[in-house]
Amino acid sequence: MKENKETRAPESQKGHTIEKPKSSEGIGSMVSIEINGNKFSVPLGTTILEACKQNQIHIPTLCHHDDLCIAGVCRVCLVEVEGMRTLQASCAYSITHSLKIHTTSPQVRRARRHVIDLLLSEHYGECYSCVRNNNCELQSLAKEYGVDKFTFGHVSEPLFEEDNSSYSVIRDMNKCVLCKRCVRTCIDLQEVGVLESINRGHETRIGTFLDKPLADVICINCGQCINRCPTGALKANDPSDEIWQAIDDPTKHVVIQTAPSPRAAIGEEFELGPGHSLTGQMNTALRRIGFNKVFDTNFTADLTIMEEGTELIIRLYKALVEGEKQIALPQFTSCSPGWVKYIEHFYPEYLDHVSSAKSPQQMFGALIKTWYAQKEGIDPANIVSVALMPCAAKKYECNRPEMVDSGYKDVDYGLTTRELAQMIKESGIYLPEMEKTHFDDPFGDASGAGLIFGATGGVMEAALRTIIELVTGVKVENVFENMNIVPVRGFEGIRYAELPIEKVGPVPEILKPLVPNWDWLKGATLKVAIAHGTANAKKIMEDIKAGGKFSECHFIEFMACPGGCLGGGGQPIPTSQEIRAKRAEAIYNEDASLPIRKSHENKHVLDLYNDFLTDGPCGHISHKLLHTHYTPRGKYIA
Amino acid sequence: MENKVKREGAVIFSDYTRGDAVKKAVSIGREDVLFELKESKLRGRGGAGFPTSIKWMLTAAAKSDKKYVICNADEGEPGTFKDRVLLLEYPELVFEGMVVGGYAIGAKEGIVYLRGEYEYMLKSLQDYLEEMRKDNLLGKDILGKKGFDFDIIIRLGSGAYVCGEETALIESLEGHRGEARNRPPFPVNTGLNGKPTTVNNVETFASVAHIVTKGGAWYSQHGTDKSTGSKLFSVSGDCKKPGVYELPWGTTINELLKIVEAENTKAVQVGGASGLCVPKAQFDRQLGYEDLGTGGSIMVFNESRDMLHVLKNFMEFFVEESCGQCTPCRIGNVKLLEGVEMIEKGEYTFNYINKLKELGETMRISSKCGLGQSSPNPFISILENFKEEIFNNGKGGK
Repeated sequence: MKENKETRAPESQKGHTIEKPKSSEGIGSMVSIEINGNKFSVPLGTTILEACKQNQIHIPTLCHHDDLCIAGVCRVCLVEVEGMRTLQASCAYSITHSLKIHTTSPQVRRARRHVIDLLLSEHYGECYSCVRNNNCELQSLAKEYGVDKFTFGHVSEPLFEEDNSSYSVIRDMNKCVLCKRCVRTCIDLQEVGVLESINRGHETRIGTFLDKPLADVICINCGQCINRCPTGALKANDPSDEIWQAIDDPTKHVVIQTAPSPRAAIGEEFELGPGHSLTGQMNTALRRIGFNKVFDTNFTADLTIMEEGTELIIRLYKALVEGEKQIALPQFTSCSPGWVKYIEHFYPEYLDHVSSAKSPQQMFGALIKTWYAQKEGIDPANIVSVALMPCAAKKYECNRPEMVDSGYKDVDYGLTTRELAQMIKESGIYLPEMEKTHFDDPFGDASGAGLIFGATGGVMEAALRTIIELVTGVKVENVFENMNIVPVRGFEGIRYAELPIEKVGPVPEILKPLVPNWDWLKGATLKVAIAHGTANAKKIMEDIKAGGKFSECHFIEFMACPGGCLGGGGQPIPTSQEIRAKRAEAIYNEDASLPIRKSHENKHVLDLYNDFLTDGPCGHISHKLLHTHYTPRGKYIA
Repeated sequence: MENKVKREGAVIFSDYTRGDAVKKAVSIGREDVLFELKESKLRGRGGAGFPTSIKWMLTAAAKSDKKYVICNADEGEPGTFKDRVLLLEYPELVFEGMVVGGYAIGAKEGIVYLRGEYEYMLKSLQDYLEEMRKDNLLGKDILGKKGFDFDIIIRLGSGAYVCGEETALIESLEGHRGEARNRPPFPVNTGLNGKPTTVNNVETFASVAHIVTKGGAWYSQHGTDKSTGSKLFSVSGDCKKPGVYELPWGTTINELLKIVEAENTKAVQVGGASGLCVPKAQFDRQLGYEDLGTGGSIMVFNESRDMLHVLKNFMEFFVEESCGQCTPCRIGNVKLLEGVEMIEKGEYTFNYINKLKELGETMRISSKCGLGQSSPNPFISILENFKEEIFNNGKGGK
């Protein structure tokens, strides 16, 4: 019955989605309803929950999440609909005719309280020893409903062992309330399908394939489940104890590189609304905590553009001019470690399409323990290299066995935005009030192109800013207003753009060893695409497999997480489309304010090529340090 | 397995020749089939008692390129075994009821969701379907009616009680976990594979075959005003003649007990584990939608039975058979069972037992599907109706 069974992730309950009326008479029409005796008019097909939200009537929820399909399982959002024998889950009830609704009748209040009491009776653990203390939806519900005792008892012993097998995601099923948000995230939002309910009745819990540890199944480590877990049942694997230890050890030189997305979101951990960039403040705080040097991952993002862009040019030249048939095109980006693991599992036959350039995090790791160590005269064995990332998968990435090209573990620890916020608080620092300082040399402040890597479409925009200039010799700002390549921006799950190359310029010095001229690109049209969230990535991959439009692209940006890195699994909780849009705005605004906004104009990057990577982008040295290979993993689990 | 049909009544077991219903349906047309069904006032025999004609009319009215007729043969309610009898001995009634359904609502595909434990009858049912195909009671242009195509396949369940709930059944058919869906939307609009679907019990389809053949008026003269026709009862427990009985609706429990030769009866559980436990003092109550609506499971308990033990048995069943998705059912049933165990040990307070009863009331209105909405029934009815026996056992309680 189902197509493409082989490549499909398991499907969750389609029937659990709400179908809005499709008939023409339904579109645009309004229904009048009564909530708690007040009359309102709402569009046909609105859920009761949405209708209440629109009219400032609060209804508590737990299994509901704006990013996910409807479940209707926790039964916290129950309301009374006149004429119906049972209470209705407001999140799952779409209004198709006039209704009278009561949201706080005695039986509604009693039912909600019962549901909360039942959930608490099986929720093991104490709030003060939980990573989600003060940011837990179950805790908030208990407070909202004035729970002052465990009416139906409280589980006193843990029933499950914590699964800490994964470098990225830790599962503690003792705290799970079976809201299935993680299941819906994994199956519907990401189409990975690692998590699903297993067993039945009271034995029901969330499990993996054959109940194997998370490290042994096809988890891509994106951590999107963590961001949507209402409790502390899912959390990232936190290395901050080890980092503190390194900081406290005077023999260690502890450096931290910071990715573009954490700075745009960390304010949320300090009660600022989303959309405040705290780049300079964070630099100061990191030094106060005790990091010896604070570097900007955007530096290696700029470097990635040089390497990955060069790789693309080489691929295109070989395919178009030299007529090599084996050249894999389109080229896929490689900076999202969730995406890399996804393609290793789900489309291993396409791994030669993935750029061999390492992610910015890993490039930086390799440079810190080589070039930087030499330059500063520090024994790389004494360097502890930390990466502040918005990401759970980066923790896995830095632990990949191949990531040791410096002769050491290139990056020692991946730290998330949430975990750094915790370290900052523990240091008695109120981040928003810190003075602003710059990043440390020799990497210095990077370009705006590197910064926008944090948003979906950002890598593509950064690459295009450089490719357009290097190939056509025309300034980007003369082609796109304010250098903003708007066609690749936005939150559409999949975006496609074409850029005709009408004229070409001279080949810049740095690329002369690779191509004699650009004449072969004259009149060509560069076709690019962008996908964020692996469910969207899957759509593109299936299209490519079928020989569709995307198979004719030259370059495709894939990000595992919805919204790109700014929506990563290590970012502050909660997440929503609105929050992600604000973070993106902060990133784009900061980009617009920077003096350098193109990777190839980053002076420090050019210095690096002059000083260390002397045979240029994709040259021998850079291949050794900045490029990698991938593992075809498939979906077969031993 | 012996089927033990103890009484054949005037409706379900009345004369019938294979092909009657389909022939009649084709000759009178789909509007008249729906009309006869409406006249019959037939209500769903699975237990919930939803008017069948409304279900069919809604499915018939839904616009779609594809529709389905599903026969719910996941006979899983403890103490019920009458569908087994119909499927084994009167498959023509069931299958032709489905064909008529397909004709009336405009579906071309019928699916029997057969209880996993009934796998032993799969072969004979499939053979029977093959014979129907040979007689053109299934297949293309059935009985020469152009464009009337319909066929039936049989799918096996895997032993989950909840899959008897129609939306969980549909999920199961789609290859998912057996978990109830949110309603609305209802299967008549959004059913199997998102298409309009009518799901009916085995006995409902068998009744339809008779109704179409003999007329809605004939059918509704049996039984009572609100509960027309007859009902198959699966009688088990403390009686001399357990088995399947066809009795007119309106029969009292006393009458039934006499027929099945039960003695010293203390309680009758009507409607299986999720039904109600009726004490001796209420044996004059009638079986029928006016009073005790039921899917047909009747369990008889005599004076020697420990009602708390009976209750514990039911609650253990629900703790295991809850699908586990919604909070009130998944955890609520555990709390009720724990309450029973407290009473058993004499370690309880009335205050807490009353809290559990309140919880039971909440479960009735807050669970996602019929399972959790009915699972507190035995807890509430047994503790209420047998409080003397249960609480005055000398074991205490505060």
